[in-house]
Amino acid sequence: MAVRVQEADFDVGAEIEALTSGNKRIGGVALFVGLVRDKHIREGLHRERIDALTLEHYPGMTEKALEEIEAEACRRWPLEATLIVHRYGRLAAGDRIVLVIVGSSHREAAFEACEFLVDWLKTKAPFWKLEETPAGEKWVDAHEGDDEAAARWEKKAS
Amino acid sequence: MKVKYFAWMKRTVGVAEEQVEPPSEVRTVGDLVVWLRTRSNGHAEALAEGAAFGAAVDHRTAPFDAPLAGAREVAFFPPFTGG
Repeated sequence: MAVRVQEADFDVGAEIEALTSGNKRIGGVALFVGLVRDKHIREGLHRERIDALTLEHYPGMTEKALEEIEAEACRRWPLEATLIVHRYGRLAAGDRIVLVIVGSSHREAAFEACEFLVDWLKTKAPFWKLEETPAGEKWVDAHEGDDEAAARWEKKAS
Repeated sequence: MKVKYFAWMKRTVGVAEEQVEPPSEVRTVGDLVVWLRTRSNGHAEALAEGAAFGAAVDHRTAPFDAPLAGAREVAFFPPFTGG
Protein backbone atom coordinates (compact mmCIF):
# COMPACT_ATOMS: atom_id res chain seq x y z
CA MET A 1 0.00 0.00 0.00
CA ALA A 2 1.73 3.16 -1.11
CA VAL A 3 1.11 6.66 -2.41
CA ARG A 4 3.64 8.85 -4.21
CA VAL A 5 3.38 12.40 -5.54
CA GLN A 6 6.35 13.18 -7.76
CA GLU A 7 7.60 15.32 -10.64
CA ALA A 8 9.48 12.44 -12.30
CA ASP A 9 8.01 9.93 -14.74
CA PHE A 10 7.38 6.34 -13.67
CA ASP A 11 8.14 2.95 -15.23
CA VAL A 12 4.90 0.94 -15.29
CA GLY A 13 6.60 -2.45 -15.63
CA ALA A 14 9.06 -1.79 -12.84
CA GLU A 15 6.27 -0.57 -10.54
CA ILE A 16 4.19 -3.74 -11.11
CA GLU A 17 7.25 -5.88 -10.45
CA ALA A 18 8.11 -4.02 -7.24
CA LEU A 19 4.53 -4.14 -5.98
CA THR A 20 3.85 -7.82 -6.60
CA SER A 21 7.19 -9.57 -6.12
CA GLY A 22 7.22 -11.72 -3.03
CA ASN A 23 3.43 -11.87 -2.64
CA LYS A 24 2.16 -15.16 -4.11
CA ARG A 25 -1.38 -14.53 -2.87
CA ILE A 26 -1.88 -12.03 -5.69
CA GLY A 27 -3.83 -13.69 -8.48
CA GLY A 28 -4.45 -10.64 -10.63
CA VAL A 29 -3.31 -7.08 -11.16
CA ALA A 30 -5.45 -4.30 -12.63
CA LEU A 31 -3.98 -0.95 -13.52
CA PHE A 32 -4.78 2.45 -14.96
CA VAL A 33 -2.35 4.85 -16.60
CA GLY A 34 -3.56 8.40 -17.28
CA LEU A 35 -1.92 10.33 -20.14
CA VAL A 36 -1.95 13.97 -21.23
CA ARG A 37 -4.39 14.20 -24.15
CA ASP A 38 -3.56 16.57 -27.01
CA LYS A 39 -7.16 17.79 -27.48
CA HIS A 40 -10.12 18.89 -25.48
CA ILE A 41 -12.88 16.47 -26.38
CA ARG A 42 -15.47 17.65 -23.90
CA GLU A 43 -16.72 20.85 -25.44
CA GLY A 44 -18.22 19.73 -28.70
CA LEU A 45 -16.91 21.88 -31.52
CA HIS A 46 -14.29 23.75 -29.48
CA ARG A 47 -11.55 21.22 -29.88
CA GLU A 48 -8.50 23.16 -28.85
CA ARG A 49 -5.09 21.68 -29.24
CA ILE A 50 -3.23 21.15 -25.97
CA ASP A 51 0.55 21.36 -26.20
CA ALA A 52 1.27 20.80 -22.53
CA LEU A 53 -0.19 21.24 -19.10
CA THR A 54 1.05 22.12 -15.66
CA LEU A 55 -0.29 20.16 -12.73
CA GLU A 56 -0.42 22.06 -9.49
CA HIS A 57 -1.11 20.31 -6.19
CA TYR A 58 -1.31 21.01 -2.46
CA PRO A 59 1.77 19.44 -0.82
CA GLY A 60 0.79 18.00 2.53
CA MET A 61 -2.89 17.62 1.73
CA THR A 62 -2.39 15.67 -1.50
CA GLU A 63 -0.57 12.77 0.12
CA LYS A 64 -3.11 12.64 2.95
CA ALA A 65 -6.07 12.66 0.53
CA LEU A 66 -4.57 9.88 -1.61
CA GLU A 67 -3.82 7.77 1.48
CA GLU A 68 -7.43 8.14 2.63
CA ILE A 69 -8.74 7.08 -0.78
CA GLU A 70 -6.40 4.08 -0.75
CA ALA A 71 -7.49 3.13 2.78
CA GLU A 72 -11.13 3.32 1.68
CA ALA A 73 -10.43 0.92 -1.22
CA CYS A 74 -8.78 -1.50 1.21
CA ARG A 75 -11.86 -1.37 3.45
CA ARG A 76 -14.18 -2.18 0.55
CA TRP A 77 -12.24 -4.90 -1.27
CA PRO A 78 -9.85 -7.69 -0.23
CA LEU A 79 -6.66 -6.21 -1.70
CA GLU A 80 -3.12 -7.52 -1.45
CA ALA A 81 -1.31 -4.51 -2.90
CA THR A 82 -2.10 -1.00 -4.10
CA LEU A 83 -0.05 1.83 -5.53
CA ILE A 84 -1.01 5.35 -6.55
CA VAL A 85 1.59 7.54 -8.28
CA HIS A 86 0.51 11.03 -9.36
CA ARG A 87 2.83 13.45 -11.12
CA TYR A 88 2.89 17.25 -10.87
CA GLY A 89 4.69 19.99 -12.77
CA ARG A 90 4.80 20.60 -16.53
CA LEU A 91 3.82 17.64 -18.71
CA ALA A 92 3.69 17.45 -22.51
CA ALA A 93 0.94 15.83 -24.57
CA GLY A 94 1.43 12.07 -24.45
CA ASP A 95 3.20 12.11 -21.07
CA ARG A 96 2.04 9.85 -18.24
CA ILE A 97 0.21 11.68 -15.42
CA VAL A 98 -1.11 9.06 -13.05
CA LEU A 99 -0.65 5.37 -12.27
CA VAL A 100 -2.98 3.21 -10.20
CA ILE A 101 -2.12 -0.46 -9.62
CA VAL A 102 -4.22 -2.91 -7.63
CA GLY A 103 -3.32 -6.50 -6.84
CA SER A 104 -5.78 -8.96 -5.37
CA SER A 105 -6.42 -12.69 -5.14
CA HIS A 106 -9.37 -12.23 -7.49
CA ARG A 107 -9.81 -10.15 -10.59
CA GLU A 108 -13.22 -8.69 -9.68
CA ALA A 109 -11.76 -6.93 -6.65
CA ALA A 110 -8.75 -5.72 -8.63
CA PHE A 111 -10.85 -4.28 -11.49
CA GLU A 112 -13.42 -2.65 -9.23
CA ALA A 113 -10.95 -1.18 -6.76
CA CYS A 114 -8.83 0.22 -9.60
CA GLU A 115 -11.84 1.99 -11.11
CA PHE A 116 -12.90 3.26 -7.71
CA LEU A 117 -9.44 4.68 -6.98
CA VAL A 118 -9.29 6.55 -10.30
CA ASP A 119 -12.84 7.93 -9.90
CA TRP A 120 -12.22 9.14 -6.36
CA LEU A 121 -8.78 10.60 -6.87
CA LYS A 122 -10.14 12.77 -9.68
CA THR A 123 -12.65 14.44 -7.36
CA LYS A 124 -11.04 14.13 -3.90
CA ALA A 125 -7.31 14.76 -4.40
CA PRO A 126 -6.16 18.41 -4.65
CA PHE A 127 -4.72 18.65 -8.17
CA TRP A 128 -5.40 21.36 -10.74
CA LYS A 129 -4.53 21.36 -14.45
CA LEU A 130 -3.42 24.47 -16.33
CA GLU A 131 -3.48 23.80 -20.07
CA GLU A 132 -1.26 25.46 -22.67
CA THR A 133 -3.24 25.92 -25.87
CA PRO A 134 -2.61 28.01 -29.03
CA ALA A 135 -5.08 30.54 -27.55
CA GLY A 136 -3.14 30.81 -24.28
CA GLU A 137 -3.25 29.29 -20.83
CA LYS A 138 -6.49 27.95 -19.44
CA TRP A 139 -7.37 26.34 -16.10
CA VAL A 140 -9.28 23.13 -16.69
CA ASP A 141 -12.86 23.18 -15.40
CA ALA A 142 -14.13 20.34 -13.26
CA HIS A 143 -16.07 17.85 -15.35
CA GLU A 144 -19.60 16.89 -14.26
CA GLY A 145 -19.05 13.36 -15.53
CA ASP A 146 -16.20 12.97 -13.02
CA ASP A 147 -18.52 13.90 -10.15
CA GLU A 148 -21.09 11.39 -11.40
CA ALA A 149 -18.44 8.68 -11.73
CA ALA A 150 -17.25 9.33 -8.17
CA ALA A 151 -20.82 9.50 -6.84
CA ARG A 152 -21.79 6.02 -8.01
CA TRP A 153 -19.33 4.63 -5.44
CA GLU A 154 -21.00 6.72 -2.73
CA LYS A 155 -24.30 4.96 -3.48
CA LYS A 156 -22.62 1.58 -3.25
CA ALA A 157 -21.38 2.43 0.22
CA SER A 158 -24.88 2.96 1.61
CA MET B 1 -3.21 31.56 10.79
CA LYS B 2 -1.84 30.85 7.34
CA VAL B 3 -4.19 31.11 4.34
CA LYS B 4 -3.28 29.48 1.02
CA TYR B 5 -4.79 29.88 -2.45
CA PHE B 6 -4.49 27.51 -5.40
CA ALA B 7 -4.85 27.47 -9.19
CA TRP B 8 -6.74 30.50 -10.60
CA MET B 9 -7.58 31.75 -7.10
CA LYS B 10 -3.87 32.26 -6.40
CA ARG B 11 -3.53 34.46 -9.49
CA THR B 12 -6.68 36.42 -8.74
CA VAL B 13 -5.76 37.08 -5.12
CA GLY B 14 -2.18 37.85 -6.15
CA VAL B 15 -0.41 35.74 -3.50
CA ALA B 16 -0.01 32.00 -2.92
CA GLU B 17 -0.23 32.36 0.85
CA GLU B 18 -0.51 34.95 3.56
CA GLN B 19 -0.46 35.17 7.33
CA VAL B 20 -3.67 36.68 8.73
CA GLU B 21 -5.05 37.53 12.18
CA PRO B 22 -8.83 37.57 11.81
CA PRO B 23 -10.84 39.11 14.66
CA SER B 24 -12.43 36.79 17.22
CA GLU B 25 -15.90 37.01 15.64
CA VAL B 26 -14.53 35.10 12.63
CA ARG B 27 -15.43 31.62 13.84
CA THR B 28 -16.05 29.50 10.74
CA VAL B 29 -14.56 29.00 7.27
CA GLY B 30 -17.52 30.96 5.88
CA ASP B 31 -16.84 33.85 8.29
CA LEU B 32 -13.22 33.87 7.12
CA VAL B 33 -14.30 34.07 3.46
CA VAL B 34 -16.44 37.13 4.21
CA TRP B 35 -13.63 38.76 6.19
CA LEU B 36 -10.94 38.00 3.57
CA ARG B 37 -13.05 39.63 0.84
CA THR B 38 -12.40 43.01 2.45
CA ARG B 39 -8.61 42.71 2.10
CA SER B 40 -8.34 43.60 -1.61
CA ASN B 41 -10.21 43.63 -4.91
CA GLY B 42 -8.41 40.41 -5.83
CA HIS B 43 -9.63 38.72 -2.66
CA ALA B 44 -13.17 39.98 -3.28
CA GLU B 45 -13.13 38.59 -6.82
CA ALA B 46 -11.58 35.21 -6.00
CA LEU B 47 -13.81 34.63 -2.98
CA ALA B 48 -16.96 36.15 -4.50
CA GLU B 49 -20.34 34.75 -3.64
CA GLY B 50 -21.30 32.25 -6.33
CA ALA B 51 -17.68 31.52 -7.30
CA ALA B 52 -17.01 27.78 -7.41
CA PHE B 53 -14.43 27.06 -4.74
CA GLY B 54 -13.87 24.78 -1.77
CA ALA B 55 -11.81 24.91 1.39
CA ALA B 56 -9.55 22.80 3.57
CA VAL B 57 -8.65 23.27 7.22
CA ASP B 58 -5.28 21.81 8.21
CA HIS B 59 -5.08 19.69 5.04
CA ARG B 60 -8.59 18.27 5.27
CA THR B 61 -11.53 19.28 3.08
CA ALA B 62 -13.93 21.35 5.17
CA PRO B 63 -17.44 22.74 4.65
CA PHE B 64 -18.02 26.48 5.06
CA ASP B 65 -19.68 25.97 8.44
CA ALA B 66 -16.58 24.20 9.81
CA PRO B 67 -15.15 25.90 12.92
CA LEU B 68 -11.74 27.60 12.73
CA ALA B 69 -10.84 27.09 16.39
CA GLY B 70 -7.25 25.90 16.58
CA ALA B 71 -6.76 25.95 12.79
CA ARG B 72 -3.19 26.60 11.65
CA GLU B 73 -3.72 26.55 7.89
CA VAL B 74 -6.80 27.23 5.78
CA ALA B 75 -6.74 26.74 2.01
CA PHE B 76 -9.10 27.86 -0.74
CA PHE B 77 -9.17 26.20 -4.15
CA PRO B 78 -11.29 25.56 -7.26
CA PRO B 79 -12.79 22.07 -7.83
CA PHE B 80 -10.09 19.43 -8.28
CA THR B 81 -9.09 18.41 -11.83
CA GLY B 82 -6.41 15.77 -11.33
CA GLY B 83 -6.18 12.23 -12.66
